[in-house]
Amino acid sequence: MNQQNTISIPTNDPFGKATNGKLGMWLLIIVDGLSFAGLLIAGAALRASSDSWPIAGELLNIPLTAFNTFLLICTSFTMVMALSSIQRGDEKGLKTYLLYTLLGGILFLGIQAWEYYHLIHGGFTISSSMYASTFYVTTCFHGLHVFSGVIYISCILWQAMQGKYSADNWDHVEILGLFWHFVDLVWILVFTIIYLI
Amino acid sequence: MHRQNKQTFWSKSIFSLDHKVIAKQFLFLGIFFLLFGGYLAMLMRWSLTHTMEQLPWWLLGDLLYQESPVGSGIIGPDAYNQLFTMHGTIMIFWAITPILIGAFGNFLIPLQIGTGDMAFPKLNMISFWTMFLASIVLLASYLLPQGTAAGGWTAYPPLSTPVGGIPGSGQAYWTLALTLAGTSTLMGAINYITTIVRFRAPGMSYFRMPLTTWGLFLTSILNALFVPIIAAGLIILLLDQVAGTQFLVAGQKATIPGGDPLLYQHVFWIFGHPEVYILILPAWGVVSDLLSVFSRKPAYGYKMTAICMCTVTALSGLVWGHHMYTTGMSPLLGKAFMFLTLLISIPSSIFFLNWLGTLWKGALKFEVPMLFAMSVMWVFGLGGLTGLYNATITSDIYLHDTYFVVGHFHYTMAASVMFGAFAAIYFWFPKIFGREMNKKMGVVHFWTSFIPLNLVFFNMMVMGYAGHHRRIFDPSEFEFLKPILGLNEFMTLAAFVLGIAQVLFTINFFYSIFRGKIATKNPWNAATLEWTVSEPIPHGNFAIIPEVFNGPHEYSNPNVKGRDWISQSEKINS
Repeated sequence: MNQQNTISIPTNDPFGKATNGKLGMWLLIIVDGLSFAGLLIAGAALRASSDSWPIAGELLNIPLTAFNTFLLICTSFTMVMALSSIQRGDEKGLKTYLLYTLLGGILFLGIQAWEYYHLIHGGFTISSSMYASTFYVTTCFHGLHVFSGVIYISCILWQAMQGKYSADNWDHVEILGLFWHFVDLVWILVFTIIYLI
Repeated sequence: MHRQNKQTFWSKSIFSLDHKVIAKQFLFLGIFFLLFGGYLAMLMRWSLTHTMEQLPWWLLGDLLYQESPVGSGIIGPDAYNQLFTMHGTIMIFWAITPILIGAFGNFLIPLQIGTGDMAFPKLNMISFWTMFLASIVLLASYLLPQGTAAGGWTAYPPLSTPVGGIPGSGQAYWTLALTLAGTSTLMGAINYITTIVRFRAPGMSYFRMPLTTWGLFLTSILNALFVPIIAAGLIILLLDQVAGTQFLVAGQKATIPGGDPLLYQHVFWIFGHPEVYILILPAWGVVSDLLSVFSRKPAYGYKMTAICMCTVTALSGLVWGHHMYTTGMSPLLGKAFMFLTLLISIPSSIFFLNWLGTLWKGALKFEVPMLFAMSVMWVFGLGGLTGLYNATITSDIYLHDTYFVVGHFHYTMAASVMFGAFAAIYFWFPKIFGREMNKKMGVVHFWTSFIPLNLVFFNMMVMGYAGHHRRIFDPSEFEFLKPILGLNEFMTLAAFVLGIAQVLFTINFFYSIFRGKIATKNPWNAATLEWTVSEPIPHGNFAIIPEVFNGPHEYSNPNVKGRDWISQSEKINS
């Protein structure tokens, strides 16, 4: 690594080709997954002990969020394309697909903000019912992850513009991909639990 | 890009990426809060025996409680609640965690596994400064008009929620500070695990790692698994405090139906029970290593000790319910929790016996670190045994929330963990600061800590058995506590001696940093890798990454001629 040129990594690499960053990201994903688990299970526990839990479809705009879910899955696809482009050495493809992913992430956040705006104006605020509290906490926590992801993608995209990545150097793109796919996967769980069942 | 060439004061000492500097930062932060938390304990002891009386000048009461609503220089009931809340919070999250995990985790992991630095030096630096920010938030809560948090270190709702809880925003500051501290811990955990998995020197297999590193490794795993759970709990608690939700509010005052205060207790203890192992695992590791160094013998049953520590780690996630026997949980569930909790005593006993086996027929050297390491065996033994009474439903229902519990967790957490930390400080001080600590003052510090500590915490258990509730403000109000008021005063005296002993330690610590005897490279003749690096340790630690040939405890090996130890990176010529 550039900032620590005195450090050499031992030769008997116990984790094959996985880099430090990749291992670190997997650990972060475990950590983050557990915090989502904490929120979702807490919500489930409250729901289990409650005698009046509303049907989500009557309060929320499910088709809109289904579109949002589809959008996020598409950005996962473009993220895969970005990685496979740079693995082939196609820098232009990397930049294009990262930009698509970034725009998808921003659009997702925009739609979520629009949804919040209409819900709050319709009287569905964070303190209006236990269901509303659970809804806002979980979706907002996920939204913050998408927001971090958007910043993260911007950083990698900026580095890609500087020409940092090539067919021999794409590890950071792959690590970004891990985080982004995790955010997508969690959204599918959140969507299922909060909106559908 | 070329950091080594242009190091200013800021990049070298403040925003350093060097794990050794970050370790020192954590150490100073921890010792500051250790003294602060100890001072709060002194105020509590005074208040318990001199309830609603003027504080003496040497406890600075006139300064701190000038505007107390019950009279200048007097601790009222609300102030007392704040004292025990902040004492617990600070000692656990701001004293023990930074010293054992922050300071020694950072200092020892790269040196003991034989590498140049942590896997993520920048993350390491951010981890410290997040902790620093958390400290500022925590201390800032003292400046609030209604004072700081007062809901106990567990912050159970409804005490911690605005609906029927502690007035003011102290609880919200507390929650925010703890969330930040948790974030710092998580960054550390990810860094430590990655470093240990990827950066071990050639030949340093898992079963050649010193047990200290084992302890820190398992602690990091527990942190990574369970701190996120409390983070989720703290988020909903914080929203209850500031955003008007009522996740944790129930009963007549709740305006949103469906909340559940017990939910918080579950979430808290899912994290909270592993947390006590998070604290004690590094101390177990330190003690296992030090007993071997100062007995001049290999650690007895090294592999078994490591495996038992892993077993405890695994079991610790399954036992949280034993904190909640009195919440009306299903008796069947209670029995399951009781069974799993009692199961922990098996691996604990095994490595306790291994400690005894290490000492058996060893050439014991009673240096200060050894004194502390051996005392951990005593205090952990007592703390562990009394834990059985808390784990068993029948006795716990009587003992729950009494001083018996307070005595028990002070024996395990305050005594075992802090004495482990003291052993570590005395032992690695020559490596961290390049100077030795004063031995005579160290011995005095040991005896003036060990004896009063037992007098205080053992009597706490006696009082708890007599029915003294843990959060009583004025014990003299109760008829049934009248016979043990004398004991209370005796404990306060002992506690003051214990407090003064820590001042002695602090003087020794800071005096030795500047004026201590210059230490040699390996003053204890220890075999682990951190003692092979040159002094002062250069950035990047090892000139050449060492190759490891032996286990961590090669003492008195008959094949080694002329001395009774051999370093992990030296070959034994037989």
